[in-house]
Amino acid sequence: MKALDRKVLRDLWHVRGQALAIALVIASGVAVLVMSLSTRNALIRTKDAYYERYAFAHVFARCKRAPGHLISRIAAIDGVQVVQTRVKGLATLDIAGFDEPVLGQFVSIPENGDPALNRLVLRRGRWIRASQPDEVVLDEPFAEAHGFVPGDELVAVLNGNRRTLSVVGIALSPEFVFSMGPGALMPDARRFGVLWMGSEALAAAFDQEGAFNDVSLQLTWGASSAEVIERLDRILEPYGGVGAVARREQGSNWFLMNEIDQLSTMSMILPSIFLIVSAFLTNMVLARLVETERTQIGLMKAFGYGTRTVAAHYTKLVLVIAGLGILLGWAIGTWAGRMNTGTYAQTFRFPILFYRPDAASFAISALMTLSAALLGTWAVVRRAALLAPAQAMVPPSPPLYRKSLLARTRLGQWLDQPTRILVRHIAREPWRALMTAGGVACSVALLVMALQWYDAIDYLVERYFFDSQRQHVTIGLAEPQASSVVADFRHLPGVMAVEPMRIVGADLHFGTVTHRGSVTGVPSNAQLMPIFDEASMAVYEPLEGGLILGSRLAEKLGAEIGDAVWVEILEGRRSEAMLPIVALIETSIALPAYLHIRALDRLLRERPGVEYVNLLVDPHEEANLYRRLKDLPAVSSVLLRRAAIRSFDESVAKNMLIFVSLFCAFSCALGFGVAYNAARVALSERGRELATLRVLGFHRSEVSYILLGEVGLLILLSLPTGCLLGRALTILMASAFDTELFRIPLGIEPSTYGLAVCIAVVATLLSAGIVRRRVDRLPLIEVLKTRE
Amino acid sequence: MGPESPATARLVSLQARGLTKVYRTGDVRVHALRGVDLDLYARELLVLVGHSGSGKSTLLNILGGLDAPSSGSVLFDGRDLTDADDKQLTGYRRDHVGFVFQFYNLIPSLTAAENVGLVTEISRHPMHPHAALELVGLEERMDHFPAQLSGGEQQRVAIARAIAKQPDILLCDEPTGALDSETGILVLEAIEKVNRELGTTTAVITHNTVIGSMADRVLVMADGAISETHENADRRAPGELSW
Repeated sequence: MKALDRKVLRDLWHVRGQALAIALVIASGVAVLVMSLSTRNALIRTKDAYYERYAFAHVFARCKRAPGHLISRIAAIDGVQVVQTRVKGLATLDIAGFDEPVLGQFVSIPENGDPALNRLVLRRGRWIRASQPDEVVLDEPFAEAHGFVPGDELVAVLNGNRRTLSVVGIALSPEFVFSMGPGALMPDARRFGVLWMGSEALAAAFDQEGAFNDVSLQLTWGASSAEVIERLDRILEPYGGVGAVARREQGSNWFLMNEIDQLSTMSMILPSIFLIVSAFLTNMVLARLVETERTQIGLMKAFGYGTRTVAAHYTKLVLVIAGLGILLGWAIGTWAGRMNTGTYAQTFRFPILFYRPDAASFAISALMTLSAALLGTWAVVRRAALLAPAQAMVPPSPPLYRKSLLARTRLGQWLDQPTRILVRHIAREPWRALMTAGGVACSVALLVMALQWYDAIDYLVERYFFDSQRQHVTIGLAEPQASSVVADFRHLPGVMAVEPMRIVGADLHFGTVTHRGSVTGVPSNAQLMPIFDEASMAVYEPLEGGLILGSRLAEKLGAEIGDAVWVEILEGRRSEAMLPIVALIETSIALPAYLHIRALDRLLRERPGVEYVNLLVDPHEEANLYRRLKDLPAVSSVLLRRAAIRSFDESVAKNMLIFVSLFCAFSCALGFGVAYNAARVALSERGRELATLRVLGFHRSEVSYILLGEVGLLILLSLPTGCLLGRALTILMASAFDTELFRIPLGIEPSTYGLAVCIAVVATLLSAGIVRRRVDRLPLIEVLKTRE
Repeated sequence: MGPESPATARLVSLQARGLTKVYRTGDVRVHALRGVDLDLYARELLVLVGHSGSGKSTLLNILGGLDAPSSGSVLFDGRDLTDADDKQLTGYRRDHVGFVFQFYNLIPSLTAAENVGLVTEISRHPMHPHAALELVGLEERMDHFPAQLSGGEQQRVAIARAIAKQPDILLCDEPTGALDSETGILVLEAIEKVNRELGTTTAVITHNTVIGSMADRVLVMADGAISETHENADRRAPGELSW
């Protein structure tokens, strides 16, 4: 090993604590990048392969009942390669030992083998047999949740008929990677399952013999899905078509793509923060090292080492620190990625989702880190390399201080000398002070960003499940029923109040923008599921003369109060109307459009009808009610608010805990790294001063005050800044995570700021404690006997 | 000139008995002090001369409470410093000892007055920083930062800082070591003035034997022990010295 390389190692050993702290910060950034990028890539790779291999369709459409002969017309649409028609239907399931009603999504499959599209991955058991109309294949998460294995039986109320079905197989499907019941916010495998059943048996059960109510299409390469959808909609329109959607809008895929987008966003925004801070830290430590090694640099040059050699020497030092951080980051990132993928594998059901450390994410993180480190230290390396030998051999001229403006004020006069020392030191290196404070502020900001997810979730649950929903149960009816059905439900056991609701699929057009969603019909004086404005926390009365829109929907359409929206109903007679926007309400979940239920009936040109019924239930009678509901033929779905809240809490809490803990750890590393390096560099620069003060009779605590007081003051300044920055970062992340289903609400609780500040303070105090021990061991005599 | 000859007053400020100091570096044992007995008399100006490595700085550090001897005792005001813990030693330095170093060791971020203020703020009966600076002839340079002062001026600020607390003992380690002779004499004049006007017991370490003639008493150190002691009948004024 060359002598100079040996010096690199010894220098590194000399600043090992600082180098390690920087490496930790780098490692955190690299880990976030590797984790998010490799999880993202794993999801994309798996999704693509899965979709391809199991022929996930490109276009999906539903209708009421279309005759089988339409297939040839659909197949004739330009760009359509494969057509698959199916029968789909919802039914309540009665599962022994599970009181609450369970909703089953029945999907038809050919009795004689694999469907052409949306093929199943048979995980256990066998395919159904044509001769056995009661055989079903269950989706795996549902089977797991209830412990079903092939050979088990369960009861379903199919279109009013109780049928005992036998489970023959367990499967997964690309169509249900993320499977969620209607009206739910999170998957709940205990209360919602997919059941595949023979086409003939299912057609018979749902009165669809010789007909279908669901179409999937595979398109030829390069075909425009928009054009195909337009023609398909026209064909299905007379048969109750409710508007086809492209794969992008398909429920399961939409959630999956959303998650992938969020991972992309995370991999772009967050690692940058760590890398910028680490670049600054490396700069700070290297600058100090070069300052203390001026004489050595002079010697090296006097011996004939060239500028490049000196530059290379210090660059190597930076590379080793960065390299250490990268390796550590790769290891942590791989581990976190594996954990993360494990969590995803619970939420998104793939036949195999295996985590493979992603070469691209390794390369990108290394490249980004090295660039940041080299860029950050370029000026210092250059200054070291260009030092003239003679200049390098003489000690640097003593630092020149100035009286600050503060010194001339009354407060300045009142300061004691130690405080004056620390204030002047900050004023003399304003950039360094700013970056130090900025670094700690970033750590606080990341903590606020991570911890506020709990606030956001609390807020969502509070607003969505408590303020705007007061019913205990929401019942979906298989077909719209006459309004008189409300009275029937009133007589069910335990029911204390009943309210009807209507939700119809609709396209809302304004200008050139179209939103495919629904219009919800709400009765006057609704108590159970009223129109609730999160901003004013007030309930709005539905109006017959116009729409009340969620503000995000209005934003999407570009419409304001007073504008008229063209509403095109996608069901029934497919009526259309121009309706004014009469009010806007704030909602974090979904993009609702409300109309008075009577006005909606008129718009549909139908007699007053009901599709959903909200119930308020006496808790003591719940079990009786559920038993009755399971037998009611008209009921297609039963949603329990309490169960929805629990499943939401459970799945969110699990995911949150991992995410938040990881980010807390990374943020602490950041805060610790910054504070430790700031204190160590200050100690190195001012060891002599501090030793002098000790000799003059200052106690250890008084001397520590000067050193750590400076860092402490900067941290104090950084805390409020960090909170503000955290709010800004949250806004940035929330806007990147904004989807039509959710908007991350911005209600950061004071306690969250408090917790973030406390964690950051503990992390920085820890570093201060370590440095404090060094202050206590300052060698007084050696320091004083030498010239600086 | 002191009011009484130290030889007659013999009031002891600081008393050291049997001081030894052994440094261990690796396997090597270095005997820096080999049984030194010393009395520092009140108000006297003592000069310790010796070559480098003779043990004079080690002795001064022990007397000043910066270092502990391997054996022996140092009595100040009836208390043995060798039994004192870090807190008590700090208190001793804070209240009773003033230090002047070869390399001044001023705080670069504080002006001359503030450097002195640093000490007066924590001491019990300090003089005003301005008065201390006036004593060393720097009243005009009070608001200057160290970087704006010459080496001699910086050393005089260091002296002002050391005596502003009105210490019982002033310890100066090679105060002229980094200065040319002309500037060095200005610094010695300041030390001599402090000793004479304030009556502060003063010990000056130097390898420059010429400086010995401004002292009441000169100790010569060699090989960790006091090899010679002599008293000057007349102290010469620093202005009369040259080297």
